[in-house]
Amino acid sequence: MSQPAVVVSDLRKEFVRKSKGLRRRRRAALKDVSFTIERGECVAILGQNGSGKSTLVRLLSTLLLHDGGTATIFGYDAFKDTRAVRRLVNRVSVEASFFKKMSAAENLGYAARFYGMTHKETRDKIPAILSRVGFPPDRRGEPMEALSRGMQQKVALARALLTSPVLLLLDEPTTGLDPRSKQEVQEFIREIRVAHDSTILLCTHDMTEAEELADRVGLLDRGELLFLEPVECVKDRYGVDTLEEAFFAATGRTFEDEKSEEDEEREVFA
Amino acid sequence: MAAVQAPGVAAQIRHELVGLSGVVERNLYLVKRYFWWDVAFLIWTIANTLTIVFIARGVDMPKAEQDRLATALLVGGVIWAFLGIIFEIVTETVAWERWEGTIEYTFMAPVSRPVHLFGMGIFAVLYGIVRAVILFVAVVAFIGIDVPNANYAAALALLAIASISFIGIGMMTAVLPLISPEKGTQLGFVAQGLLLVVSGVYYPVSVLPEWMQWISTISPATYALRGTRDSILHGAGLAWADVWPLLLIGAASIPLGLMIFRSGERYAKRHGKLKRSG
Repeated sequence: MSQPAVVVSDLRKEFVRKSKGLRRRRRAALKDVSFTIERGECVAILGQNGSGKSTLVRLLSTLLLHDGGTATIFGYDAFKDTRAVRRLVNRVSVEASFFKKMSAAENLGYAARFYGMTHKETRDKIPAILSRVGFPPDRRGEPMEALSRGMQQKVALARALLTSPVLLLLDEPTTGLDPRSKQEVQEFIREIRVAHDSTILLCTHDMTEAEELADRVGLLDRGELLFLEPVECVKDRYGVDTLEEAFFAATGRTFEDEKSEEDEEREVFA
Repeated sequence: MAAVQAPGVAAQIRHELVGLSGVVERNLYLVKRYFWWDVAFLIWTIANTLTIVFIARGVDMPKAEQDRLATALLVGGVIWAFLGIIFEIVTETVAWERWEGTIEYTFMAPVSRPVHLFGMGIFAVLYGIVRAVILFVAVVAFIGIDVPNANYAAALALLAIASISFIGIGMMTAVLPLISPEKGTQLGFVAQGLLLVVSGVYYPVSVLPEWMQWISTISPATYALRGTRDSILHGAGLAWADVWPLLLIGAASIPLGLMIFRSGERYAKRHGKLKRSG
């Protein structure tokens, strides 16, 4: 049997925040989270803002150091073998972050160099990948700031895909997109799975998106992973018909409930 | 045992070199995109240097003496502009990425931090030399200074040696925005200003208070200014008295800069500051 793509065990991350006066308070963004993702699997982690989804993605992207537990990606320690992990991972976050004055092609070229791809290697690959995400050829030279959010997010997907990641971390990739752009991005994620054999960790608060795209769905609530299993198992476990109802059954709150002060504080970091 | 094998040493070196070219390439794209801003800043620098160099024309002394003073001031202005831009570009490695929102993507990319920082440094030196040459030629042409004995090759060689130290010091200050996003950038500007003011930009270091003179001995700009002035005014070649302190400061500042940056990056990763909003 092949090695799992991601093995996370008792992973813990805390942030320190200054409160009134000189007092410092520690807030746990992730509390002993454990899960495994098999190679080629698409796993969705659901959670409200501040639940710890982005912290999890940033830990696996080598952008954060942990406070306990372990995380391995294709056998490499995410906190010790960072160089090896970085070659295998790429991500798309809620903000399609680019050099705003540079064009889509220039931004992709720059990103590709960091992954060891020369100009010669990307000359044909960048136009091809931009075409695949439905980016109009006549707009390749336009600065990113002139593009719509949906268009920028497609370029972000193209950037991630350009480096052929074996693990793709998607942190709310469709948040804030209009319905059409959202559908196009979701369609492309499906295509990536089929064409690239990528393992995908999708963090989202869109339950429909999670249900449609993922093999298994997890719920991260206030830093705790309450479950991670196929949608039907989740529904059976709580005896409900929808993931919204499962969230209520698992947490005692609705997904849209107002957040406590502690949740808001956690949201600043997570 | 890892399921995906790591590349060999040759492949890793190739990867790093491609990454380094990427940093330079990206900065060239940005220069192209912000071209008119660059032109505006260059014109401002030329005008600013002229206001200083014209002081020499107002001093009651023979024309030849005026030219010497004007050249000494011009060298100060050009070196300030050259070293200032190197310092600024390297120092803003983090601040710039944070402003553009790309910091997370750059810091999670599989390229080593020294290569990333050296890429910024190489671009800064190339960009600084082009600006310095344009500035020098423009002011000389405008004010009509004659520098028949100038040894430009020695002046450029000394600037290249001095650049190493400035890249190293820039690495140390580049870490400040990682630790404190806003205050760090402010402190970077303060450090740049303090370093140049003690180095005798428009005046001999001997006119400074004693404690500032002591600090000037550890500033690479002191030796760069002294040596470049000698080369432009008197046609002097590379003087060992200027070269060895620059090599020594460079040899110390680069590893120290990398070490400080690495520690700052660890701090930022521990405290969740390695993100666009800090």
